[in-house]
Amino acid sequence: MDTDFLEISNGQALSREQIPHLTFDDFQKNAMKIVWGGGKIVQYFGYADNSIVKLMAVLRTDKLLVAGCDAPDEYPSFSNKCEPFQLFEREIAEQFGIVPKYHPWLKMVRYHPNSQGKKDVFGNDYTEDIPGNYPYYSVEGDEIHEVAVGPVHAGIIEPGHFRFNCIGERVLHLEIQLGYQHRGIENLILKADSKRLPIIIEGIAGDTTVANGVSFAQAVEALTSIQTDQGSRIIRIIGLELERIANHVGDLGALSGDVAFLPPANYCGRMRGDFLNMSLLICGNRMGKGLVRPGGVRFSIDDEISRELMRRINELEPQVEHVIDLIFSTSSVRARFEDCGIVSTSDANHLGLVGPAGRACGLPYDARRTFATEYYPGIDIPENAKTTGDVYARAKMRAEEILQSISIIKSLLKDTIETNCVDSEVFNLPSSSFVVTVNEAWRGELSHCIITDAEGKILRYKIKDPSFHNWNGLAMSLRNTEISDFPLNNKSYNLSYCGFDL
Amino acid sequence: MLNTLKNRFEQGYRTSTYPKKTVELVPRYRGRPQVHKNAPSDLVVKCAAACPQDAIDIDRKLINMGRCVFCGICERISEGRFISFTRDFGYSVAEKDHLLTDGEIPSLADHARQHFKKLFGRSLQLRQVSAAGCNACEADLNVLATPFFDLARFGINFVASPRHSDGIVVTGPISRNMKTALLQTYEAVPDPKVVIAVGSCSISGGPFRGSPEITEGLDSLLPVDLYIPGCPSHPMANLHAFLKFFK
Repeated sequence: MDTDFLEISNGQALSREQIPHLTFDDFQKNAMKIVWGGGKIVQYFGYADNSIVKLMAVLRTDKLLVAGCDAPDEYPSFSNKCEPFQLFEREIAEQFGIVPKYHPWLKMVRYHPNSQGKKDVFGNDYTEDIPGNYPYYSVEGDEIHEVAVGPVHAGIIEPGHFRFNCIGERVLHLEIQLGYQHRGIENLILKADSKRLPIIIEGIAGDTTVANGVSFAQAVEALTSIQTDQGSRIIRIIGLELERIANHVGDLGALSGDVAFLPPANYCGRMRGDFLNMSLLICGNRMGKGLVRPGGVRFSIDDEISRELMRRINELEPQVEHVIDLIFSTSSVRARFEDCGIVSTSDANHLGLVGPAGRACGLPYDARRTFATEYYPGIDIPENAKTTGDVYARAKMRAEEILQSISIIKSLLKDTIETNCVDSEVFNLPSSSFVVTVNEAWRGELSHCIITDAEGKILRYKIKDPSFHNWNGLAMSLRNTEISDFPLNNKSYNLSYCGFDL
Repeated sequence: MLNTLKNRFEQGYRTSTYPKKTVELVPRYRGRPQVHKNAPSDLVVKCAAACPQDAIDIDRKLINMGRCVFCGICERISEGRFISFTRDFGYSVAEKDHLLTDGEIPSLADHARQHFKKLFGRSLQLRQVSAAGCNACEADLNVLATPFFDLARFGINFVASPRHSDGIVVTGPISRNMKTALLQTYEAVPDPKVVIAVGSCSISGGPFRGSPEITEGLDSLLPVDLYIPGCPSHPMANLHAFLKFFK
């Protein structure tokens, strides 16, 4: 593609001078051209460099493309002509007070004041409680009613607010407003001691601990030219795939429970725990906290642990297969899963859905295939894609990925894994550098980006959780769906609140 | 139907016999930290400097379990000579002072509020509030409903409404944006009520201490009755604490 953006590879360290710094107009023109041509947004964010606010975009085709520019105080919104930018522009408006004029949906993202002390774009007074000045989309008419749910939900689940506009049982529109989980992570990283960073990173989203840990470690390794050994690359993949299996198995059980088919709900609940206990066996923490650090991993998989893992997996595999078969061969389950919460391929493409949610709509993108890192280049990941975009497709996608991940882990455990464990090494980042990493977390594309200043201090740490793309997919699924099918659709995505809110 | 029965047979009976028989966790699990007081001071200083959570009190040679995320770096650095992590998940405490420890944890059953045992010993309904939790503590509380732990067999349940509950279980570092919702949930619980802080985030801000967006310690907002440290706390630690405190 003819573009002023620079083609880079995943996890490639660059000096900041290498990144094209375009005029704002050229930046906008090029970015929109790439996205109109089928490109997707991996990262698009602001950062303050000596009190000058700048913008940086990382886009993807089958390659990664990067460019930056100075940010004007206000500019005609990209979203007006190119929808995929909408949430990114809102985030930039909230974090840096840059106004995207004519933005069709200019609402706050997480509810906090901007970092530049500029006039608030949304007219909020932050001494007031969330949601502040937040005009919900509302449908008018005699028989329309609104249902407001959250932030505190009925189960053991993270907080968020859901506003349904309904006619009878039918949902016309669902608006999801988050921000309740906002912990100020991106700013905390800038002032925290470097010894704290891995712990903060692993707290971005506890169910995605390993993927976040790997994304961070890869970024630091690229910047400092630290090499990891093959054993640690294999252990990272085992960690990532265990995380994927545990979450998918748990969600299949929850889906089954939501359509009142209780046996698999209990079986999956138990088996999910068995997979988490494999992470516990490896690193002493069920969520994989403490496993990955820049330079490698903190825990080895010696022959004894490897044999024990293999034994447990061999015992579980048929049970998992049989429960999956039970779920999908039960007609009452299929009757509820099929045609429920459909998102079309074209809508999914516009929204930029990623991960199993995107693959369920016919978008085969999987970062493990396209931007393979660690030991993934040595593994054959099948191209997964369904086309029906309903709960059934999302559930089936997850079921297939569970079985694929089990076979990946089994193949990796066949040979002895040798690695030199690292601990919390002190690392000094090079000055004026840039790196972006992309990994396939269990929910989809996860990306971390580091920019350093002239002293090698972190100037900007940007995190993009896959849920940043996918929450709108859930809202789209609910259109013309019965409100009673919300829990089912919600679990078919099971998106991250804290990963989004940061 | 045959398939359903086949699966039921294959799954078998999975509920643990705990607390009649204790549960052995794997060797790498890091539970109650044990401080070895005879460790040389320079080693203590080295551990404190490396501790990402600044959880080590150098002068008194103690570790603050409320801050600790049980990463085990101090154990690695000192090769177990200053701090070693045991496999004991019975480390929860009823008093905040007990979080700062040399590893000798006062018996939770003795320090529990005795009237709670009488009130809630046979039936305890809890409302969980995630206040910016990362979904790790939430997940390891949720798992108590699964067959292995089966919390309901002890008369303890998580319920949907604070109006139906006897107390709240709080996870997360209580973000500014969740503070009001948390306090309102607490208000909605009828008296007498219990407050349980689960995870280092709710106890001390955890990994997020120093961020202006969070609260460093649930006890600065509400009277906390039970502290369950961890990042996240293992489900067995949660189960142990509930049983010792209320039964």
